Amino acid sequence: MTVAIIDYGVGNLFSLRSSLDYLGIDNVLTGETAALRRADKLILPGVGAFGDAAAKLHERGLAAAICREAAAEKPLLGICLGMQLLFELSHEFGEHKGLALIPGTVEPLAPDLPSPALKVPHIGWNRLDIVRDDPLFKYFTPGSYVYYVHSFYAKGCAESTLATSEYGIPVTGAVRRGSVWGTQFHPEKSGAAGLALLRAFAEL
Amino acid sequence: MISKRIIPCLDIRDGQVVKGQNFLDVKAVADPVELARFYNEQGADELVFYDITASVEGRGLFVDILRRVAAEIFIPLTVGGGIRTLADFDRVLKAGADKVSVNSGAIDDPSIIAKAAARYGSQCVVLSLDVKRVGGSYHVFARGGREDTGLDALDWAAAGVANGAGELVINSIDTDGVKQGFDLPLLDAVAARVSVPIIASGGAGNMAHFAELFQHPGVDAGLAASIFHHRQVLIPELKRYLRARGIEMRI
Repeated sequence: MTVAIIDYGVGNLFSLRSSLDYLGIDNVLTGETAALRRADKLILPGVGAFGDAAAKLHERGLAAAICREAAAEKPLLGICLGMQLLFELSHEFGEHKGLALIPGTVEPLAPDLPSPALKVPHIGWNRLDIVRDDPLFKYFTPGSYVYYVHSFYAKGCAESTLATSEYGIPVTGAVRRGSVWGTQFHPEKSGAAGLALLRAFAEL
Repeated sequence: MISKRIIPCLDIRDGQVVKGQNFLDVKAVADPVELARFYNEQGADELVFYDITASVEGRGLFVDILRRVAAEIFIPLTVGGGIRTLADFDRVLKAGADKVSVNSGAIDDPSIIAKAAARYGSQCVVLSLDVKRVGGSYHVFARGGREDTGLDALDWAAAGVANGAGELVINSIDTDGVKQGFDLPLLDAVAARVSVPIIASGGAGNMAHFAELFQHPGVDAGLAASIFHHRQVLIPELKRYLRARGIEMRI
């Protein structure tokens, strides 16, 4: 069982690789479509700007490759910006198309927050409240905290929402549609709680 | 809601934790990797590593320690000390840091903040300030608190955030080491000027000081070194104490 971490030149992948290594999960960091085909599972990471990341996925032929693998029901996990890219559309500085693997859009957090005391970015540890149980939570202790860093969030995706975190509003924390999963938080930075999710993903 | 953060800080010189000498088990706690492991098990929300080495050799040891910590501890790691250029950012990020803190480096070349934010994102750039009261105002000090830059701390913090710093560490020279509590007037003054998370540093002496600190809604995290290293305050006990007082804690 090999997990391919999709490398498209966005963000620091050190922790993600280390966490999989630590769990003894065989993994490869790759930007090659052939390697995505060979892998048993895919992780789409990412930090930075949506538009830039989406453009890079298209330029490298990775967007089409990811959609092909997802259509073949290969488990895929998007993390942070990687999760946002799974949606149809983002309104982060303009309008950008995502991979459209999950219905919904990505919107700025600030206008939706009820109080100016709620800082943006939403940075730090927040409790993950499970809305719908899922094999992803097999080893997860309910009520655990996970680590977030983001200014945009997924909306209009109630049907695929697995978990949320309260930040004046319920912020989409984890989603799933078929064999496609996503977490807005960083499991690779969420201590034991995050490792529990990665372990469950590897066992799906 | 987002929890308030408890952050132990490890000053590292030549591969050893400084201030670690009074530990019960001297050998085990002098090792930064061992200490990081301990704090992770104790429920620290983040770890800060300051490289206070001057030599090239010490710097190499520091990066090696960072790499070893990042290979087994999966909570946010912030690194500071001697960060002056994008190459410095690159060096520690590649070794597993999540955030990089700049202090004197930003005073010498303020453009480093904007450059680093553009390349790595604001979430990665932490501006750290050593602040002391001079006359009626707050001044930024450089070189580990030895040199008055004459810069107004509140203006400097606001400018840093405007340039892309995603978080601030506010270290009060006036309260540091005194253990009489955090510098609440200073922290309030900074919080009134910026909207990014504020990490308070300097002055923690007991658990009540953290309870007092988190009554100030503009403060997001409390950082301390010696009281944790000397086990005067244990993180699990501190977190239970704060949670019992209605402060959200990740336990």
